[in-house]
Amino acid sequence: MSAHAESYDPNVNYLNRDWSLKSWLLTLDHKRIAWLYLISVSVFFAIGGFFAMLIRMELLTPQGDLLSPDTYNRVFTQHGVVMIFLFLIPSIPAVLGNFLVPLMVGAVDVAFPRLNLLSWYIYTVAGILVILALITGGVDTGWTFYTPLSSTYANSQVMLVAIAVFVNGFASILTGLNFLVTIHTMRAKNLTWGKLPLFIWAMYATSLINVLGTPVVAITLLMAGAERVLGLGIFDPALGGDPILFQHLFWFYSHPAVYIMILPAFGVISELIAAFSRKKIFGYTFIAASSVGIAILGFIVWAHHMFTTGMSAYAATVFSALTMLIAVPTAVKVINWTATMYQGSVSWETPMLYAVGFLGLFLIGGLTGVMLATLGLDIHVHDTYFVVAHFHYVMVGGAIMGFLGGIHYWWPKMTGRLYNGSISKVSAILVFVGFNLTFFPQFLLGYMGMPRRYHAYPEEFQALNVFSTAGATVLGLGYILPAFYLTYSLFKGEKAPANPWGAMSIEWQTPSPPPLHNFVTPPVITEPYDYEHELIKEQIAELKKHVKPQEVPLG
Amino acid sequence: MANGHSTTLHHHFESYDQQRNASSLGMWFFLAQEVMFFGGLFTAYMIYRTQNGLDFAVASSHLNIPLGALNTAILIASSFTMAMAVKKSVLAQRKAIVGYLILTLILGCGFLVVKYFEYAEKFEHNTVPGSSFEFHVEPELIAQYDLSPERVVTMEKRAEIFFSLYFMMTGLHALHMVIGVGIGIWLMFPAMAGKFNMDYHNPVENFGLYWHFVDLVWIFLFPLLYLLGGNALAGG
Repeated sequence: MSAHAESYDPNVNYLNRDWSLKSWLLTLDHKRIAWLYLISVSVFFAIGGFFAMLIRMELLTPQGDLLSPDTYNRVFTQHGVVMIFLFLIPSIPAVLGNFLVPLMVGAVDVAFPRLNLLSWYIYTVAGILVILALITGGVDTGWTFYTPLSSTYANSQVMLVAIAVFVNGFASILTGLNFLVTIHTMRAKNLTWGKLPLFIWAMYATSLINVLGTPVVAITLLMAGAERVLGLGIFDPALGGDPILFQHLFWFYSHPAVYIMILPAFGVISELIAAFSRKKIFGYTFIAASSVGIAILGFIVWAHHMFTTGMSAYAATVFSALTMLIAVPTAVKVINWTATMYQGSVSWETPMLYAVGFLGLFLIGGLTGVMLATLGLDIHVHDTYFVVAHFHYVMVGGAIMGFLGGIHYWWPKMTGRLYNGSISKVSAILVFVGFNLTFFPQFLLGYMGMPRRYHAYPEEFQALNVFSTAGATVLGLGYILPAFYLTYSLFKGEKAPANPWGAMSIEWQTPSPPPLHNFVTPPVITEPYDYEHELIKEQIAELKKHVKPQEVPLG
Repeated sequence: MANGHSTTLHHHFESYDQQRNASSLGMWFFLAQEVMFFGGLFTAYMIYRTQNGLDFAVASSHLNIPLGALNTAILIASSFTMAMAVKKSVLAQRKAIVGYLILTLILGCGFLVVKYFEYAEKFEHNTVPGSSFEFHVEPELIAQYDLSPERVVTMEKRAEIFFSLYFMMTGLHALHMVIGVGIGIWLMFPAMAGKFNMDYHNPVENFGLYWHFVDLVWIFLFPLLYLLGGNALAGG
């Protein structure tokens, strides 16, 4: 690393060293690949959001007057496919993970930079296939592709979308594989496993699921696809094949996929809570171990998606108990975060608002998960809006809050610019309020028996649906605002110092934005989140020179 | 460091040791991914085979055991030549690496040729799943197991599932062989240029791991798909 220090020019960083299109599209720099992903996942978030908007507009009235039943099927399927496969799964790992994993372990790049770029191209191909499917009629099977609907009966672009999901799987696998190897073999000297930031532990656990789970959904969709196109008969009941086997194989991946979406958010939240409580994180070992624990347990609970499908009562009982077990490592995290904030010197910067919002929303999402794991209750609310509200609390209230919190936290590092604090706080509050207005009424609707996936509903459900649609409008505004003020800050924002938050992990020891090879001098490795360390006092002193003191309520 | 080394050590690694560790670990994680990929298929096979033991055995007796056995022998031999190529690459013996790689590729292609004849046979006998699928249970078997006409009909349907799995499993395996041959040809260039040595041989080693893995899949496929039928015919 000393070799890079000799040629260091403080005016040149990874962004401004070359602006040509070629230098971006053929880049092997993990920090630039993070940007490629950030732009692409934002596009797909907007597309998925557009479908969400159509759904909410349709459900404003009970009659089902805006969309035909068939169109509605396509709209909710496409909302699910785009949001899950093209936004949520790559969001935090491929954007923040790509940017941060090498920085946080003190490496020059990920272990396999070319595979990293390849993963973005694979993702792009999958995205284009999905867009192609949308243009040529869309897909109507639900994002779960259940057979025999997907293999025999559906008349929509099932194959295009299934191939897209199959292809996209390789992008996840390559990213996961890259992170696992980077964390194992590229750590800076003295940066032992016990000193790694908790974000890295979360990325490690996520990557394990990416590598071990994704191939299963790939082969499952391949079998269903071979049945549809080549006439093979693996899940065909007419031959004695079993469609429920498809569901088992599908959920063997797709349940762990929930943890691919939420574990990275856990990692982000651990960083945010420690940084804005200015305190050593409570229970480091437990939080780190619980990430890996969730990844492992996540592989043995899949059948709780199938309690009403037809399964032995004994199997259902075991899966119910195992599912409840997941509440243990999850609660470990939530309790440790709360304990970290306790008697910390908490400051309410924008990322912290997202982190605290996450705690509230995820708590509701997690607890309703335990309710759904209960066999009797699940049978009552299965396939109702209760389930829809539950998984949106986890995936939107959890994963997207984590994503936005992380983007706001590392934005100064990624861009070298500060954004407007007031607007971003307003937007964080809009997201929180809008989210609750949108999805809390859905718990009530579901409990009262409104089924999911219908374009029309009985009139007595209208009032709550109007609430939900109104909330979605607020939520949408909260999501659109960052696109504007963050883009504005890129060009007009105040220059950011190396460590604008006074935070304690090694990515804050390099300039903002970092140079091409990440570090100018080898980073100082400390105990994790050691806010008593000399280094942090120096950095805070440095920070006070840059920013007006009243803007930084440092403890 | 000797000449030529600087081009084989990628800039983001600090040493050859680190590069080799990263490269091997990456390959092992990739193979774990492959195990899960084939694992989905093996799971489907296991479940259907447990539910339809006799039906699968009867269907299996239509596979060509001598050709399957020949292919098993070819693959085991190719694993040996592959292992030798890896050993020679550590020792930087340029001609020997190239020679063993060529032998491995010839054996790999041999496997694919035999597989082609096997598939052609299936197309001739219409045991390829789809609308033209035809399968008839032999009269001796019907007599031996005293099968009712309805049972024979279900048996013929289950045979289509068996052949669906057969084509899916052997087809994906063959696809892996084709990719393997492609990678092998691509490796010939650095091998002929004498790039491989003690410090830099991970491409050959990783290709070897991949090759052995694909062989290993076949070692499971052969008994599960081909040898299953012997039981039914022997009355077991």
